[in-house]
Amino acid sequence: MLDNLVKQPMLWTSALTKQVNTGDKQLTILQHIDLQVNAGEAVAIIGASGSGKSTLLGLLAGLDLPTSGKVHLDNIDIFTLDEDSRAALRGKVLGFVFQSFQLLPALTALENVMLPLELTAVSNAEATACRLLDRVGLAMRLHHYPKQLSGGEQQRVAIARAFATNPKLLLADEPTGNLDSATGVQIIELMFELNREHGTTLVLVTHDEALSQRCSRQIRLADGKLVQ
Amino acid sequence: MLRRDWRAGELNVLALALVIAISGMTTVGFFADRVEMALSRESNQLLGADLLVISSHPVPEQYAHEAARLGLSVSTVTKFPSMISSGEDNLLAEIKAVTEGYPLRGRVDLAGKPSQAHELQSETQALSRIPQPGTIWVDEKLLTRLDLKPGDQVDVGAMQLTVTELIMREPDHSVGFINMGPRVMINAIDLPETGLIQQGSRISYNLMIAGDVNQVQQFRDWAEPQLSKAERIEGIRDARPEIRAALERAEKFLSLAALASVVLAAAAIALAVRRFTQRHLDGCAVMRSLGASQQQLFYLYLYYFIALGLIASCTGCLIGFASQEILAHWLTGLVETALPWPSWLPAIQGMLVGLVLLLGFALPPILNLRSVPALRVLRRDIGLSNAHSLTGYLLGLTALSLLFIWKAEDLKLGLYIVAGFISAIAIFGCLGWLLIKGLAGLRHQAGGAWRYGLASIHRRAVSSVLQAVSLGLGLMALLVLTLIQDDLIEDWHASLPPDAPNHFLVNIQSDQLDALEEFFQQHAMEQPPLFPMVRGRLIKINGKPVSAEDYADDPHAARHIRREFNLSWADQLALDNQVVQGNWWDERTTESVISFEKGIAKTLGLKLGDELTYDIGGSHFSAKISNLREVNWDNFRVNFFVVAPPGLLENYPVSYITSFYVPPSGSAMIHALVREFPNILVVDVAVVINQVQQMIQQVSRAIEFVFLFTLLAGFAVLYAAIAATQDERIHEAAIFRALGAKREQLSRAWAAEFAILGGLSGLFAAAGASVLGYVIGHHVLHLDYTFNAWIWLIGFVAGMIGVLVAGLLGTRSALSTPPLLTLRKIG
Ligand SMILES: Nc1ncnc2c1ncn2[C@@H]1O[C@H](COP(=O)(O)OP(=O)(O)O)[C@@H](O)[C@H]1O
Ligand SMILES: [Mg+2]
Repeated sequence: MLDNLVKQPMLWTSALTKQVNTGDKQLTILQHIDLQVNAGEAVAIIGASGSGKSTLLGLLAGLDLPTSGKVHLDNIDIFTLDEDSRAALRGKVLGFVFQSFQLLPALTALENVMLPLELTAVSNAEATACRLLDRVGLAMRLHHYPKQLSGGEQQRVAIARAFATNPKLLLADEPTGNLDSATGVQIIELMFELNREHGTTLVLVTHDEALSQRCSRQIRLADGKLVQ
Repeated sequence: MLRRDWRAGELNVLALALVIAISGMTTVGFFADRVEMALSRESNQLLGADLLVISSHPVPEQYAHEAARLGLSVSTVTKFPSMISSGEDNLLAEIKAVTEGYPLRGRVDLAGKPSQAHELQSETQALSRIPQPGTIWVDEKLLTRLDLKPGDQVDVGAMQLTVTELIMREPDHSVGFINMGPRVMINAIDLPETGLIQQGSRISYNLMIAGDVNQVQQFRDWAEPQLSKAERIEGIRDARPEIRAALERAEKFLSLAALASVVLAAAAIALAVRRFTQRHLDGCAVMRSLGASQQQLFYLYLYYFIALGLIASCTGCLIGFASQEILAHWLTGLVETALPWPSWLPAIQGMLVGLVLLLGFALPPILNLRSVPALRVLRRDIGLSNAHSLTGYLLGLTALSLLFIWKAEDLKLGLYIVAGFISAIAIFGCLGWLLIKGLAGLRHQAGGAWRYGLASIHRRAVSSVLQAVSLGLGLMALLVLTLIQDDLIEDWHASLPPDAPNHFLVNIQSDQLDALEEFFQQHAMEQPPLFPMVRGRLIKINGKPVSAEDYADDPHAARHIRREFNLSWADQLALDNQVVQGNWWDERTTESVISFEKGIAKTLGLKLGDELTYDIGGSHFSAKISNLREVNWDNFRVNFFVVAPPGLLENYPVSYITSFYVPPSGSAMIHALVREFPNILVVDVAVVINQVQQMIQQVSRAIEFVFLFTLLAGFAVLYAAIAATQDERIHEAAIFRALGAKREQLSRAWAAEFAILGGLSGLFAAAGASVLGYVIGHHVLHLDYTFNAWIWLIGFVAGMIGVLVAGLLGTRSALSTPPLLTLRKIG
């Protein structure tokens, strides 16, 4: 099998646990998650709503702190880093696509795509951003604000932004969740295309079985635990 | 819902802004109120009471009854001139017979006794401070001239009295020009036995009244219509125009400071309400989609705001009351006056301002909230139309303007400020909009942090303009106060320098002028300017005879008709006079004209062109009013109500008057002067001047304190402005951080935004303050306003740094929230 070829683990976790205090009692959202994602893989995390998918994705990206356990990203134990170094690592290694797009309303489409490039001080930020927006079919909408774009268009901008820094790993959290099904299909196609073109490792969170089948592997989550 | 929001921390910003704004405002209000009352009371010491009823016959019982009914303290003083003899010598002296309680304000200082310490100066202590029956207290003049010592006997009318004390200072000594000669004080019980109270004697009966300000005013309102021709009422302001002028300015400034704090409160509340309604759009949309009726939503929010307004205003008033008390304690440590208890008015005003502003600014958005499209549940960016928020601010502004005019207690001042602030809002708003749009064009040239700062400001154009305008207004209010405060204090010190004239010489005869000049040379003093003076009674206006009866409804005017006017002449307009209507004369003026003081012209209902006829020692002098003058009364220089050009009055009986400064060590010179020119009246106003100077010192200090407190209200605005965009910032921070931004990169972008915003408000504030400061200084306080270029730099730098620091402090928490939490909440 192709999967058995020698591949670096892009990402692995050990005993990742997240608990939160909700007033009187402690709630365990994730419990002892051990998983591994190899470079070049496309992995789907599936599970019912509330099963802890978004929480897991957030921890993989170091956007939140776990109660215990480790996340190794590109061979770095990310929770030994401070918040700023984690941010820098994200800027270098990760791309994000969120369910609710998360574009900055103050910035135009072009500026939104340029943002991660400028943060890492890439020299030809504008050219790269233009090229990517062209690639996602928004060449005519460079100077429009998110408010002036439809949901599908906003998600395209978000995808362009995610690929702008040429990340090793793309994390997508229900990228079609806020879109109608026709648009959703287009967006998924676009994402997989770009993923192939850039040779990016993909972790896709979804509750859509059909969609998960397009990935090379599925990880199932129920009540904060992995189900094999 | 209130409690739910409170727990969720939703209310913090709005409630805190309200509380800070209202406590700042009430602190200033309470404190200004107390300082004002302290000032009046302090100056009333010069009168020995808050109010005098003066009469040429015994003051009718009804006045004392009414005063007692109102809970006021009363005391009577009977004054008349009489001979006092000791052996062969006798001397005409002013006799003052006092009853228990005298003086109601201030104190009598006796030689050899330390002046009564302030703690002892309670009303009961004053009771024992009058001469015992059978004794007499005398002043230094009488003591030296009759060569007396304590224990000696003197004859007063038919009675023999023992000299027991030497009076150094009486509170009501220097009011008016009547009390020139030696003075003595006796107990009123002895009066009948002296046999001096007879028909036809020149006696002035005074009823002294003191007590609570409102009660005193009530008494005055009651008494004024009852006064017969022989009676009049006098407060310190009637007696001394200098003090009146100083007090009125101080009061105006204090109310200005209180008004500034209202502006600051309003700005803070407007900003906080905006944030609040924006946050509640979602909840409204959900409730609407769940089937809540518009009316239900409206009442829900209406009650909500009323409850919130009441709670926050009460808290604010309590804090305001507590902090002004601390302030007052701190201040009384520095000055001598014990501050009287404040009235409740500032608290009521605080409550009202809180409620009116909250509802004024919040109601229109609530009216909007109910019509929030339920669609917002699906698409968050469907917001409020801006036209609706505009009506909101208009309503808020109208409410504010009305409050303002009420609070200013002075229509002119209130209108100036309202007009000033409304035009400032309009101009700032337009300019801000244009600038923000213009700056946005720059952002493609700008790099890094500046680009994001500009982008943020541009995208939040409405919010940004609102913030810049609110911050600008707040800062403008503070800058205006700074400007005026400096000018006011400087002007006071300039008009009453340490060497301000403190002695007047009255009744100098023409043939004494040379001798007097020589006298001044001998004593190595500069000859002070002499002013000619002719005394005449106004008998006709435009050919029609006038009498005091014509002014029966205005005792003040009637008094001017009954008394003699002092007429003078001059070819040049006096230094601190200003012609406000008509023209000053020149060499070509040949007609018989006079210049009239504006205030008294108004009292008597005179206007430009009226012909007045005076009876001067039996002959008549007629002249037309060719101009009206404004006179600066607060500097103790010689000034006249009526001035004619040279050549008209020289042939009438003339005497001269002058004023000059005598240092405390100069009493020997005054004694010499009195000996050499026995007919000249020397009026010593040193006590009054000291009192006024001391008052100014205290007011200056109080003003500085009040100013510091308005700064507090300024912080409320800053806080509300920063908090207004907090949610957006937290979201922005999460995205930036998810995309790999370091904290530093993010705070630099924000710093750029805050700096631009602050700089902009600073410039607005400086521009507004320059104009408004001029208008208020010139037209309301009558100051020589000095344009201050520094204000631009101060405004710009203060605005930029203030907003920058507050902004970065305020957004620190936004930087440290884990991004996932925010992204989840928004997503
Ligand atoms: N900070 C938090 N506080 C309380 N509960 C949380 C928090 N974060 C997540 N949860 C809960 O944990 C569960 C998993 O959430 P999430 O990861 O968003 O699920 P999914 O993305 O699979 O729908 C949910 O029940 C959610 O309410
Ligand atoms: Mg989720």
